[in-house]
Amino acid sequence: MERTQLISTMESILGPEGVIHEREQLRTYECDGLMNYRVIPDLVVLPESAGQVQQIVRVCYEEGIPFVARGSGTGLSGGALPVESGILIVLARMRRILDVDIPNQRVTVEPGVVNLWVTQEVASEGYFYAPDPSSQLVSSIGGNFAENSGGVHCLKYGFTTNHVTGAEVVLPDGSVAHIGGGKAPDEPGYDLLGAFVGSEGTLGIATKITLRIVRTPESVRTLIAAFEDTEKAGGAVSGIIGSGCVPAGIEMMDSLTLEAVEEAVHPHYPECGALLLVELDGPEAEVENQFEQVIKICEENGSSEIRVAKDDAERALFWKGRKAAFGAMGRIANDYYVQDGVIPRTELPAVLKKISDLSAEYGLRVANVFHAGDGNLHPLVLYDNNNEGEAERAEELAGEIIRACLEHGGSLTGEHGIGEDKKKYMPDMFTADDLNVMQLLRCAFDPHHLCNPGKVFPTPRLCAERPGPFRVHPLQEAGLAEMF
Amino acid sequence: MQTANVSLEDLQGIVGEEHAREAAPEDAVDGATPSFVAEPGSVEEIAGLLKLASGAGLAVAPRGGGTKMHLGNPPRNLDLIVSTARMNGVLEHAAPDQVLRVQAGIGLEGLQERLSASNQMLAIDPPERGATVGGVVATNASGPLRLRYGTIRDLIIGITVVLPDGTVAKAGGKVVKNVAGYDLGKLFTGSLGTLGIIAEANFRLHPIPEVAKTVVVELESQQGAAEAAQAIMHSQIVPSAVELRWGPSGKRLAVLVESIPGGIGAKAETAAFLLKPFGEVHTEDGRAEILRLPEAGENETIVKITAPPAELAGVLESVSRAAERRGLEVRMWGHAASGVTFAGLSGGGVEALADFVGEMREIRARRGGSVTLQRASVELKRRAGAWGYGGDALGLMRRVKEKFDPSGTMNPGRFVGGI
Repeated sequence: MERTQLISTMESILGPEGVIHEREQLRTYECDGLMNYRVIPDLVVLPESAGQVQQIVRVCYEEGIPFVARGSGTGLSGGALPVESGILIVLARMRRILDVDIPNQRVTVEPGVVNLWVTQEVASEGYFYAPDPSSQLVSSIGGNFAENSGGVHCLKYGFTTNHVTGAEVVLPDGSVAHIGGGKAPDEPGYDLLGAFVGSEGTLGIATKITLRIVRTPESVRTLIAAFEDTEKAGGAVSGIIGSGCVPAGIEMMDSLTLEAVEEAVHPHYPECGALLLVELDGPEAEVENQFEQVIKICEENGSSEIRVAKDDAERALFWKGRKAAFGAMGRIANDYYVQDGVIPRTELPAVLKKISDLSAEYGLRVANVFHAGDGNLHPLVLYDNNNEGEAERAEELAGEIIRACLEHGGSLTGEHGIGEDKKKYMPDMFTADDLNVMQLLRCAFDPHHLCNPGKVFPTPRLCAERPGPFRVHPLQEAGLAEMF
Repeated sequence: MQTANVSLEDLQGIVGEEHAREAAPEDAVDGATPSFVAEPGSVEEIAGLLKLASGAGLAVAPRGGGTKMHLGNPPRNLDLIVSTARMNGVLEHAAPDQVLRVQAGIGLEGLQERLSASNQMLAIDPPERGATVGGVVATNASGPLRLRYGTIRDLIIGITVVLPDGTVAKAGGKVVKNVAGYDLGKLFTGSLGTLGIIAEANFRLHPIPEVAKTVVVELESQQGAAEAAQAIMHSQIVPSAVELRWGPSGKRLAVLVESIPGGIGAKAETAAFLLKPFGEVHTEDGRAEILRLPEAGENETIVKITAPPAELAGVLESVSRAAERRGLEVRMWGHAASGVTFAGLSGGGVEALADFVGEMREIRARRGGSVTLQRASVELKRRAGAWGYGGDALGLMRRVKEKFDPSGTMNPGRFVGGI
């Protein structure tokens, strides 16, 4: 289909205001939250309903046009990076909260609804939506769904996948399926919802998502504890977890991070080598008892100063520094690269040592922000793009860090996803057979490789299929992929 | 004895002479008797068996503890049972990381006992005695604790599977937080052995709560049951389980609360206060006997009904009425705050039972939820179908099956839509 014809087809579905085709306007969408990769899409479309999404996808399927779905574009792995000669389907206009069902503890939303809106919608009823990525002011539920987003409270409450109970999805052939029971549990059949959440937009597009909401805890207590170094802070983390307590969150920041956030948002944290932020929530008597114990454990592990939040305002201030950590890096460096490795909690001292050695070896500073409870590290590699070759060195260093995480039994990514950015490391974590078997699932959903092609897997495998609407895949023709 | 082109010696050549045998009558599954039973001792041996079986066109049923072999439709064919009995080891228990890696054939009870030495548990409590971890995953078995900890899909963090062509693949890992690659652990959870054999699985563990109390209310009405469950669901006591028992031997709602010694009293008192309006309340220390799930009586048909939890009164009422109209005796139990109700039916023929199931499915199709046969005669299963899946994702499920098991080797016919 000619581009002009495609534009008019899309305009007939969406109206002229729902189609962006001017190059300068398309540039707005050339990357997501990870700005190292940029591709200008052929077209951007802005559907307002599930029916429109379905019609768009059907055109793509019939014409063999690759497409990528995008929510708010805050992703940090290039998952919503457009593909060349492809369509970017932006779901930001689908932002209705469709159903709030307090008796069944469920909320059903369209994919463009912003994460925080869900909690705002149900807060007066004493409920909240637990997964809270740091981007929750902006990031969309559809994006959270695609990436299986975590957050600072997921150690206790789980990830997006534990809080999505049903979805309406448009499959890559333009058909619609409802997966997961929604308000009723244990739907018979394969757990396609479980496979779909976190598939990074490669299996289809969710157009309605049903979420589990959680009763607001009776009591919340938050403290910050200062330590001489990350090793001592790590000792306190092990002590807290080992005591049988499951905190709502435990975050760690190292001295370089603290320096940056102090300059950026002035949380007035104590000066120290490593800071822990610990939050407990739950029934009051339980929380009070465990909180005393947490304080004791921090003291036993050599904490030089412990501050307990007196009220919500002080709690918000404690969190403000943590949530601003990535952005704050701008205060101490021109550019930074965020890594998202995961390690078994107990490997923390060894991995931090390795990171510090690598930092010295590469001559680049690395700031560490750490979801300490679940072993999710966010090393921030600082560099200056104006210095020739430094961006490449930073990426290489980030790669070495991620390999260190794998060597210590961990994972490439805890919450940011593989996307475009980390696919080249997938063979370090998985065998060729592992990746081929994962792609069997892809083939069941998207045999023609139209839905967010080229993401997640380093080598796209084409699916042995009966002849479909078109025969030779462009990737195959270009010698970029092999038949599977 | 020989099935298709495979002899006992072929199987013994893979797993060793003493680990493959001709099947006995008790190996039958829903009336289908296999030819052989093989007990592989390694992932490689599972791969060898499946490669041989799929190449020769055999139908294979995986078996763990054998406690749920009745689940699903009667097999279309059955030649070989692959038992995971010998694959019963703990591969790694990283206690400080609260992570566990096991072989699929390990028994759940023994495992829990072992973990308890570190004050940890795999937070799942399905009712069957003798179940293996692999079987729990494959059948998505759960119990009362699902309210607090979720089901096994929420606990599994990694998996190693063997596909029918002998390919060994893993997904996930041994860290709790991990979004690298597709979540095959969830895809295989509840897949009833139709995609391949689960060889190993990794889980996150939880600390064992220090103390527990059970608060029980004697219910007076179906409406009271629903309102009592709602009162607990919307409280801030974070209950671990809310269990309904509804039958001739009593009508009760039991709430399990768990905590530390300094926190348990307040939780139990709040639960008792909330339950008081619905009947007489008493509190027991620990996890009370009432929380044990009833065992199926002889010839009792067990139907699992899922519904939005706020519809509990409607479920109790419709089940009671539909059973009464057909002269069936009925008792019910379930996970009241999770939307799961089991109906145990006796005293009726296949016709009446199939009718009952049909009526329940008609209601759930309108109002959300599902009606599946958990324990039923082969005749009833043939008549009503074990699953009753009425959704629009069956085509997609068939494509998944086709990709993972193109030879139709694994448990043919047992799953939804004849998969």
